[in-house]
Amino acid sequence: MKESNGEVKFLPGNIVVAEAAVAAGCNFFGGYPITPSSEIAAHMAALLPRRGGHFIQMEDEIAAMGSVIGASLAGAKALTATSGPGFSLKLENLGFGYMVEAPCVIVNVMRGGPSTGLPTHPAQADVMQARWGTHGDHPTIAITPAFHQETYMETIRAFNLSEQLRMPVILLLDEVLGHLSEGVRPPKPGTFEIINRKMTDQPPDKYLPYDTSFGDVPPFVPYFEPGYHWHTTGLNHDETGFPTTNPELVTRDEERLMRKVTGNRDLIDKVEYYMADDADVGIFSFGSTARAAMVAVKHAREQGIKAGLFRPVTLWPFPNKQLKDFAEQLKGIVVAEFNLGQMVYEVERTVQSTIPVIRRTKVGGVPITPAEILESVKEIS
Amino acid sequence: MPFDYMTYLREEKLPHMWCPGCGIGIVVKAMIHTFTDLEWDPSDIAIISGIGCTSRAPGYMDMNTLHTTHGRALSFATGIKMHRHDKHVVVIAGDGDMSAIGGNHLIHAARRNININVIVNNNNIYGMTGGQYSPTTPLGAKAATAPYGNLEPSFDLVELVKGAGASFVARGHVGNGRQLNTILKKAFDHKGFSFVEVVSNCHTQFGRRNKMADPMNMISWISDRAKPMKKFEALSDEDKTRCFPVGVIHEDVSRPEYTETYQELIDSLNNGN
Amino acid sequence: MHFEARFSAVGGQGIILAGTILADSAILEGKYAAGSPTYTAQVRGGPTKVDVIVDSEQILFPRTQEINFFLSLATNSYKMFCKGLADNAVVLVDPHLVDVPEGDKEKYQIFEVPVIELTAEHLGRLVYTSAVCLGTMIALTDVVKEETVREALKRRAPRGTEMYNMKALDVGINYVRDILKADVKV
Repeated sequence: MKESNGEVKFLPGNIVVAEAAVAAGCNFFGGYPITPSSEIAAHMAALLPRRGGHFIQMEDEIAAMGSVIGASLAGAKALTATSGPGFSLKLENLGFGYMVEAPCVIVNVMRGGPSTGLPTHPAQADVMQARWGTHGDHPTIAITPAFHQETYMETIRAFNLSEQLRMPVILLLDEVLGHLSEGVRPPKPGTFEIINRKMTDQPPDKYLPYDTSFGDVPPFVPYFEPGYHWHTTGLNHDETGFPTTNPELVTRDEERLMRKVTGNRDLIDKVEYYMADDADVGIFSFGSTARAAMVAVKHAREQGIKAGLFRPVTLWPFPNKQLKDFAEQLKGIVVAEFNLGQMVYEVERTVQSTIPVIRRTKVGGVPITPAEILESVKEIS
Repeated sequence: MPFDYMTYLREEKLPHMWCPGCGIGIVVKAMIHTFTDLEWDPSDIAIISGIGCTSRAPGYMDMNTLHTTHGRALSFATGIKMHRHDKHVVVIAGDGDMSAIGGNHLIHAARRNININVIVNNNNIYGMTGGQYSPTTPLGAKAATAPYGNLEPSFDLVELVKGAGASFVARGHVGNGRQLNTILKKAFDHKGFSFVEVVSNCHTQFGRRNKMADPMNMISWISDRAKPMKKFEALSDEDKTRCFPVGVIHEDVSRPEYTETYQELIDSLNNGN
Repeated sequence: MHFEARFSAVGGQGIILAGTILADSAILEGKYAAGSPTYTAQVRGGPTKVDVIVDSEQILFPRTQEINFFLSLATNSYKMFCKGLADNAVVLVDPHLVDVPEGDKEKYQIFEVPVIELTAEHLGRLVYTSAVCLGTMIALTDVVKEETVREALKRRAPRGTEMYNMKALDVGINYVRDILKADVKV
């Protein structure tokens, strides 16, 4: 770990998220209690007022998401945290966030589902929901850290990306990571980058809230800046911010929203590899399950199998290109995910039928073990 | 000199999309009079709405305007007010938007006593979606989804919000603009959550189905039933069920305002207490 | 080195704190630690546990697989959480509170320490139970050094309780060394 970093703290993952959010400049949290994410809200309730920020426990999950977008439009760096059932409720206003281009970060500490499911047990079964949950076409950035140090840095990156691209960013943890305590060394302030949304340099009479002449991310003005008075709506709108049903304008704007992600892959994408250089048996895994996969890689290597891990830290947008490149050196790939098969569809779509894709899926609340993944690895080798 | 409405209106967005004779225009007019009387700088006002005919009002108003999802205006408004408690936050919504899908947000904003001014244009119907019955449609009245007459009892919004703990509750109606100005001024000036129900007309969706297709007929039907509190109290029980009291119904200046309370917390934590 | 410990009890006996101190101690020694508590029971007074893994290398799989050290202060928590112990694991129980199943006495190295009685007798207040437990763990294992546990406990202990916490550690250590005369180390 870098020398510029502070002392190692032994913290639960949920607390790591809260600490990192504040370090990233978060000054608003709107939430609603839900297991297993509630510690994030509780820690923010303690941290924020000490720093002049605001915490509010709203009347429901929907309201929590609304308050976060409202605060963001007024200039705040806003966070909310939830789990499956709450994430389902937040999706309506999440879509509004994409539409009006309000930067904010949503944490989903995934638990078993569907419905109330397994409130105190982990799963990774909301990954497709994160991509496609809200209605209509929309871009998605979803980040799946696996270690607490990474969670700390990726929480900061989630805020940075949301500010830089003016869009909600989803941080997907799961119950294992949320409640697991491990050492984290928070970097000292000033040793990491904090990005804030680009403000307009136009005077009020020239300002267009969705002005695309500066690129795909329109410069921002928070509410109450004298003279700007911009209109925000969830309806399809033109660059003035007012509703339009003009097919050309609607198409152009929706394509631009998608392009904020497709056109900034260098910024957004992040894949970690583990013993992948000479691997001929691949494992695709993310979040806490990827940690079991790393052990499986080690054990496979001890048995003479050249296994290697492909671990997306940014899960959405899906790292098609990186995975396709990696697949070229492989005899086959195991997709280890803590659900009944979701990301495997993306893997299959990416590698086509060039190599076998083995599913290692699981539900029931007990994480996939290294031994289980190793079993699948052996199916290929 | 004629009254200047344009300080608070986006002239280029007119004409508006509402039906001729719609009550919403009267509400917007009263709001503009109130902003003018209180000398609120439009840059200091955020006006937030949900979905529906009434929720299109912010689009015509020249200030910070936010047209949100159905029923959720108050949740967005709460985030804005928390972050910028030094500014004016106004919510305008229809009866369906505010009391059906947004009902939970309404009672909790009232309970918190956060300084947001809520105006509900209550025309007893879902107008934009085609005349379905709302929580304020009178028992027996016809609606697109109540073709044989409404079977559901209705909300008294003023009593509902008062019961939820609002510190200022009032009712006006579109038949008396001058009175509405006075009520809104008191509401906007109130420190804490304020709620004003404006009994309004949707002759297109409600009136047509209930033998009041002409806006003036409908406004007369409203005006005839509106009684100042003292007169209302003197009515017979039977008349009370037909009429409604207007004016300031409840006002409590003793309750702490939520964002001020939160600021006190911030101050105390940062003064080493 | 790789070491897996499980502390179990019924809610409120301070075993979550004991686990945290073990993890803190490991981190102070430059090792890695991972702790997973049970979630809801701890706030409701039911059976509860905390698992702590200590490793000289980064911990990848954060769940226990073969537990080396198991502490239990209640029969119901013993029954609920005794699965997953390594063969010959060191098992420490309070004999007044735990009935160890017959078969387990052959499978594991069972040590009986009347933790609650010792705490009541020497400290007077049961808040020091967790420190007494840590003392017994120090005496029975090599996972972390005694002085780092003392340091970690000092850092977490509320002001004014440091002396009592150190004494509680000694009570645990001395019981294992002097009364049980155990010289096992895992």
